[in-house]
Amino acid sequence: MAAGHEIDINMMRKFLSRSAMVAALALSLLPAAHADSGWGQLNMTQGVTAMSRQIYGLHMLMFWLCVAIAVVVFGVMFYSIFAFRKSRGAIPDTTLVHSTTVEIIWTLLPIIILVATAVPAATTLIKTEDLRNSQLTIRVTGFQWGWNYEYLNNGVNFFSRLDRASDAARQLGSGVDVTTVPHYLLNVDRPLVVPVGMKVRVLVTANDVIHSWWVPAFGVKKDAIPGFVNEAWFDIDSDKPGLYRGNCAELCGRDHGFMPIVVDARSKQDFQAWLKTEQLAEHPPAATASAPAAP
Amino acid sequence: MAYNDHAATAHDHDAHDHKPHGWRRWVYATNHKDIGTMYLVFAGISFFIGGSMAMLIRLELFKPGLQFLDPQFFNSMTTMHALEMIFGAVMPAWTGLANWMIPMQVGAPDMALPRLNNFSFWILPFAFTLLLASLFVPGGGPAGGWTMYPPLMLQGGASFPMTIFAIHMMGISSILGAINVVVTIMNLRAPGMTLLRMPLFVWTWLITAYLLIAVMPVLAGAVTMLLTDHFFGTTFFTAAGGGDPVMYQHIFWFFGHPEVYILILPAFGVVSEIIPTFSRKPLFGYEAMVYATASIAFLSFIVWAHHMFTVGMPLAGQLFFMLSTMLIAIPTGVKVFNWTATMYKGSLSFEPPMLFALSFLFLFTIGGLSGLMLAIVPADYQYQDTYFVVAHFHYVLVPGAVFAIMGGVYYWLPKWTGNMYDLTLAKWHFWLSTIFVNVLFFPQHFLGLAGMPRRIPDYAVQFTDWNQVSSIGGFAFGLSQFLFPYIIWKCVRGGVRIGNRAWEGAHGLEWELPSPPPFHSWTDPPSDALIQRGSAH
Repeated sequence: MAAGHEIDINMMRKFLSRSAMVAALALSLLPAAHADSGWGQLNMTQGVTAMSRQIYGLHMLMFWLCVAIAVVVFGVMFYSIFAFRKSRGAIPDTTLVHSTTVEIIWTLLPIIILVATAVPAATTLIKTEDLRNSQLTIRVTGFQWGWNYEYLNNGVNFFSRLDRASDAARQLGSGVDVTTVPHYLLNVDRPLVVPVGMKVRVLVTANDVIHSWWVPAFGVKKDAIPGFVNEAWFDIDSDKPGLYRGNCAELCGRDHGFMPIVVDARSKQDFQAWLKTEQLAEHPPAATASAPAAP
Repeated sequence: MAYNDHAATAHDHDAHDHKPHGWRRWVYATNHKDIGTMYLVFAGISFFIGGSMAMLIRLELFKPGLQFLDPQFFNSMTTMHALEMIFGAVMPAWTGLANWMIPMQVGAPDMALPRLNNFSFWILPFAFTLLLASLFVPGGGPAGGWTMYPPLMLQGGASFPMTIFAIHMMGISSILGAINVVVTIMNLRAPGMTLLRMPLFVWTWLITAYLLIAVMPVLAGAVTMLLTDHFFGTTFFTAAGGGDPVMYQHIFWFFGHPEVYILILPAFGVVSEIIPTFSRKPLFGYEAMVYATASIAFLSFIVWAHHMFTVGMPLAGQLFFMLSTMLIAIPTGVKVFNWTATMYKGSLSFEPPMLFALSFLFLFTIGGLSGLMLAIVPADYQYQDTYFVVAHFHYVLVPGAVFAIMGGVYYWLPKWTGNMYDLTLAKWHFWLSTIFVNVLFFPQHFLGLAGMPRRIPDYAVQFTDWNQVSSIGGFAFGLSQFLFPYIIWKCVRGGVRIGNRAWEGAHGLEWELPSPPPFHSWTDPPSDALIQRGSAH
């Protein structure tokens, strides 16, 4: 004979005070916030390209739309939970089971909202797929477990792997405090060097299994599929040289979490200078045939 | 022909109610109630096995650096956790609830194909023994993710064929069970129980069954191609032989997307039973709910590539799948509005089933909204394969499907046992689960947005704080779940005896039967008057 059981207020109070004690205890076990602290990391990066900013804008548009929908729906829900409780003497209106008008409104209104959001989404999508007029092409090859970069038509080719300090620290039971390793798991021995202010095209492929090349600051993620070549592009703001870090974004085996990406974005002049140095290093002018780049 | 014109009372055990005894009762079971019980017990065991794997995952992810697990073993944990939960816990739980409730709710004496029913269940323990055994062979368990993409999956050792065969067996179990559900609903409804008078749980299972029959064979095809690529020299997924790894993804997700609706549609049905009962008001817009469910099922076939936006799909494909995925938000939203409208101007009470249903309504909606964000292709380039996706699907599956299963169990357990369970303990289970499921999964949205990929055992230092919160939430959530089997066991042993109608506002033919119902119920079909009284609207 379970008639109307309601939330036992006293039970709730006891539970809340006990869980507050548990929470306080748990929180005291967490490390204090420090410079690298993740507490503030709540949102997507705006990135350093026009496309990454458009992507961020779309993300925020959808986010606020979802917040608005949630406020309305949960508002009605919580209001109902509060106002229409049997314990408050609410009598159910058993005739309120149907309303064609309301049904039509709450079907049409979401359709209109979605069509409206589909327009900027499609526009941005079309732009990301516009691979014309790039000025530099780099072939990116994923392998187990690292990346190979080849500057097509420039004769520069090298491998990029997790830096040795991170690799030593991440071994099971290494005993190393990883917070002492600079850019732990986001550092490589040889970063990809690119110019800012130039449309760079990457041809992404793989040697063995599927990987995925992802740099959040550029808004670029493209799967690296063995036997196939995918294309993507990015154009870093001219005033934003620097180091940008990313990860492999497709499970590729044991060390999927240990093959990061680092892009070293330099001014056009610095990039040209670097490229010349690299070409010389890999193809020394002394008449012998060129050797492949040292891994 | 005798009709049951009067509500049966608690003493209504007729001479035909003898049941087999001992182990034969269970091994040779053909009774839908016994088979339902076995499915639910199996699902419960799988839930704790899969949950233990999750605890290992959260343990390793508590701090950056590798403290406990080898990366390969970690990958096998993420893989097996998903396989256990999807195929071992959620799907058998829904099948168990279907077996228990559909015949009683449509006025049928049992499922249409009782021996097939027995076979469908008994495949599962063998399938899962094979799957779990694969953890112990050289090379370790499958570690390519539950999605099993080639070429990575083809690098697996002895566990690979074991996994494939286990999946074949589970698939056969699901297909046969689904056939049983369709035949039962189409053929064994009592006279007067028209389709549009059926409880929504029965409707959602009818539609789910069609989805299962349509897509489980597709999964079987996909994994068979993996098998032949590895052992028999085919090159379905190898470019050198003219194949394409992405074709696997298309085939898998053609199964995989309807699969996630298979996981959630029965939840929609359960919640559509619970909310009207505890609002003392009929479901708002019954027909709209049926059509919305059917629309979702239809649309689920044309959205699959939204799991593949970064594979290098042509622009037209990306546009199409973005739009179709956004479209599927419409019927889902309609259902959320209808549940809310059911509560509006009702007379609400908050017993454990209602608590779980309300938590479902709130938290599943959050999961659905993050799904809408994921549909936007350019934004998805930043979300894909990150913890944002992990947060999304765990919100729709844990406070979504799992809470609906628990709500369903708390709703119908008094019917099955004749006893009311410990409501106070059940409310503790509810509050602990609801609070800690959020501590566990909400921070994962932040982690994904901050750039943390999924399926990694170790991470850069800036992801530490929210990972720790998530892990603490995970341990607390996991511990809270031990209350559930305890409450059920205690109820089975005894409790306050209840009559036919365990809950004041409950409607439906199952509430016209005694609690517990006789071994064979509705041996005579219910009268039209009874059906009217039991009708949802």
